[in-house]
Amino acid sequence: MDFVGKRKWFFIFSAILILVGVVSMSISPRFKVGIEFEGGSALSLTFAQAVDEDRLRSAMSDLGHGQAVVQRVGDTGVLIRTTTLEGPGNDGGVSERDAIEERLTEEFGTIEISELSAVSEAVAKETIRNAGIAVGVAALFIMIYISFAFRLMANSMRLGVAAIVAALHDVIITLGAFSILGKVVDLEVNAMFITGILTVVGYSVHDTIVVFDRIRENTARRVSRDMSTTINISIMETIGRSLTTSLTTLTVIVALLLMGGGTIESLLYTLLIGVIVGTYSSIAIASQLLLVWEERGMNPFRRREEAEA
Amino acid sequence: MFKKDLRRLVFIIALVSVAVVALLVDTFDVGIGSVSFERGDEDGPLGLELGLDLQGGVQLIYEAEDENVTKSQMEGVKDKIERRTNAFGVTEPSIQLLGSNRILIQLPGVEDVEEAKRLIGQTAQLEFKERICADQGDPQCTNFQDQDIGLTGALLTRAYASTHHATGQPIVNLEFNGEGARIFGETTNRIAGTNNRTAIFLDGEEIVAPVANQAILGGQAFIQGPDFTFDRVRTISIQLEGGRLDTPIVVIQEQNVDATLGEDALDKSLVAGLIGFGLVAMFMVLYYRIPGITAVFSLAIYIVLVLLVVKLVPVTLTLAGIAGFILSIGVAVDANILISERTKEELRTGRALLGAIETGYSRAWPAILNSNVATMITCVILFWFGSRFGASAVTGFSITLFIGVATSMFTAVVVSHTLLRLVASTPLSRFTGMFTPVPGQVITAGAGRRSQAQRERN
Repeated sequence: MDFVGKRKWFFIFSAILILVGVVSMSISPRFKVGIEFEGGSALSLTFAQAVDEDRLRSAMSDLGHGQAVVQRVGDTGVLIRTTTLEGPGNDGGVSERDAIEERLTEEFGTIEISELSAVSEAVAKETIRNAGIAVGVAALFIMIYISFAFRLMANSMRLGVAAIVAALHDVIITLGAFSILGKVVDLEVNAMFITGILTVVGYSVHDTIVVFDRIRENTARRVSRDMSTTINISIMETIGRSLTTSLTTLTVIVALLLMGGGTIESLLYTLLIGVIVGTYSSIAIASQLLLVWEERGMNPFRRREEAEA
Repeated sequence: MFKKDLRRLVFIIALVSVAVVALLVDTFDVGIGSVSFERGDEDGPLGLELGLDLQGGVQLIYEAEDENVTKSQMEGVKDKIERRTNAFGVTEPSIQLLGSNRILIQLPGVEDVEEAKRLIGQTAQLEFKERICADQGDPQCTNFQDQDIGLTGALLTRAYASTHHATGQPIVNLEFNGEGARIFGETTNRIAGTNNRTAIFLDGEEIVAPVANQAILGGQAFIQGPDFTFDRVRTISIQLEGGRLDTPIVVIQEQNVDATLGEDALDKSLVAGLIGFGLVAMFMVLYYRIPGITAVFSLAIYIVLVLLVVKLVPVTLTLAGIAGFILSIGVAVDANILISERTKEELRTGRALLGAIETGYSRAWPAILNSNVATMITCVILFWFGSRFGASAVTGFSITLFIGVATSMFTAVVVSHTLLRLVASTPLSRFTGMFTPVPGQVITAGAGRRSQAQRERN
């Protein structure tokens, strides 16, 4: 198969995916954000029997939480998001959490609060900043490492840049997918999502390195004088392994998801999307960028714009 | 060659046996000389330590209101919280300082978060009392009565540890304000030379009760004691400072997990791990045949070794940590897949089986190493990100994934390599076909390469 010859189509396909994601991200609400990034309280409740969501909402607004978001979890479970709940005052009053529990028990019968978490807004802001720094620093270090690991090749810097551009391509597509899924099925962006994103960066680079290593080897063995043939052969030789590894990784992710996922659900969905996109980009984007760079002597970003046009 | 492999096999079997024993014994304590090495937690499966999300409990993060809070002030807060959680009867509370002005508190088994917050948030009460001994001849002063003298932490201006200028012994220095100096002077004047003493209480708990040799009038005093160590005087001065000046702290993050929810999550993820491993194992055996079987063996050993490392470090397992571990099973197979694919290619070029396995390994190694290092780099950065705000889910995930990736390199290169070579030395090696994957896309890959080369020639 001629992968290299089809790179234009790959770039167009990626550009479309990115575009769809960017469009979704520019429409408010950009993401459904977890309390780690927004601040506030989250209460996980289980009722004795199924309850009417509207009645629950009006009960919450009676308590002064009119802006509370009520979301069903399973048959009798409910997740409530509000602004940060106040504790009992120094005069020994009732805390907002206890007030909620009392009121809801009165109206709906026995309830069980299985999880309560709260994050202040200042910390939420700091978390967003740290997440950005984490992704940036990870990208930089990996780029340096790849440039070093392939230092015997001409222009090893390009390998580092290409691997990171491919990984960022995966991150943007995954972000876009989460933006869409947040609107459609309420999938949340939280700290576990960032964990997933960083793992996707690692996985994508992992996959890309295997292809690059084959390119290094085939270049040294002078399989072909032509760079595009060398790259195509390298892709062909590693594609079996790429697909097999993705398949086994996806198998375990799906197994975890089927068991319920729980608090790590968003991590698992990030990985599910990220592993698929990461495998695709290691074949269709990373090594192809090397070629574009070599042949046209231009930076790969401009090439992408051209493909979009 | 064969003998060397056998020796390695013995080593692997020994290692796995030790690991299995260490996992099956819930807790153990190995003492070598004065160094004691205790590991294991009685409550968790295999003696592994479980995080709050699996065990149930309360997690709180507090921040000092004053940004320029000093390290010793934060230590005072930590000390205060430690004493109070102990008094509250929490088993194994974990209290850590995060960065310069935050404190992370984990209280496993605690259900009432409001009660915990009330306890932690209370202002510390530091009091100096006069202790009247009933028996003036008893040097221990076992029978006594404490009297209020109106000297509280508010009248203390400073407390710090240092050494005595003459004797070099560790001491605790006290400085009072005018009112404090007056009361302290009167009290010491009263008790000087007697067996009566001053007793210092923090939250009703006695810290230290020194006698006075003479009246101390200038408002400056120091406490010394025959049993005072540098640690002890440091603790006392931190406690005095903490009681003198209550450092205001606010809750910035709280989380309360129900124990049954945690148990349920643990069961589910164990089942998920088993299903995941089973599916991967089935695929490996059906697709790669003999190398697949050796890979599954080394994968099983991999799981045992990772659990061992997790127990020895020890790493506290969270739900995300287990996910990181299960995910690393998927990645651990990668090294085996890379090697199997390379071996297959070498076989195609007409190499003998053992030679093909050797070349396959050496060719696959750079890719395995470099790709795993990249993953480890992200793990390190993830750990940093998570520890910035006490997200044990994030740090747990990064630690187990890191351990998993590192261990997978060992098992792929040492364990599956040895096993495969041993199998290839048996009569099974005659069935070369059993060492290559089921025909499929891989063949087309080879054909593609030939046609490329042909096209180039034309």
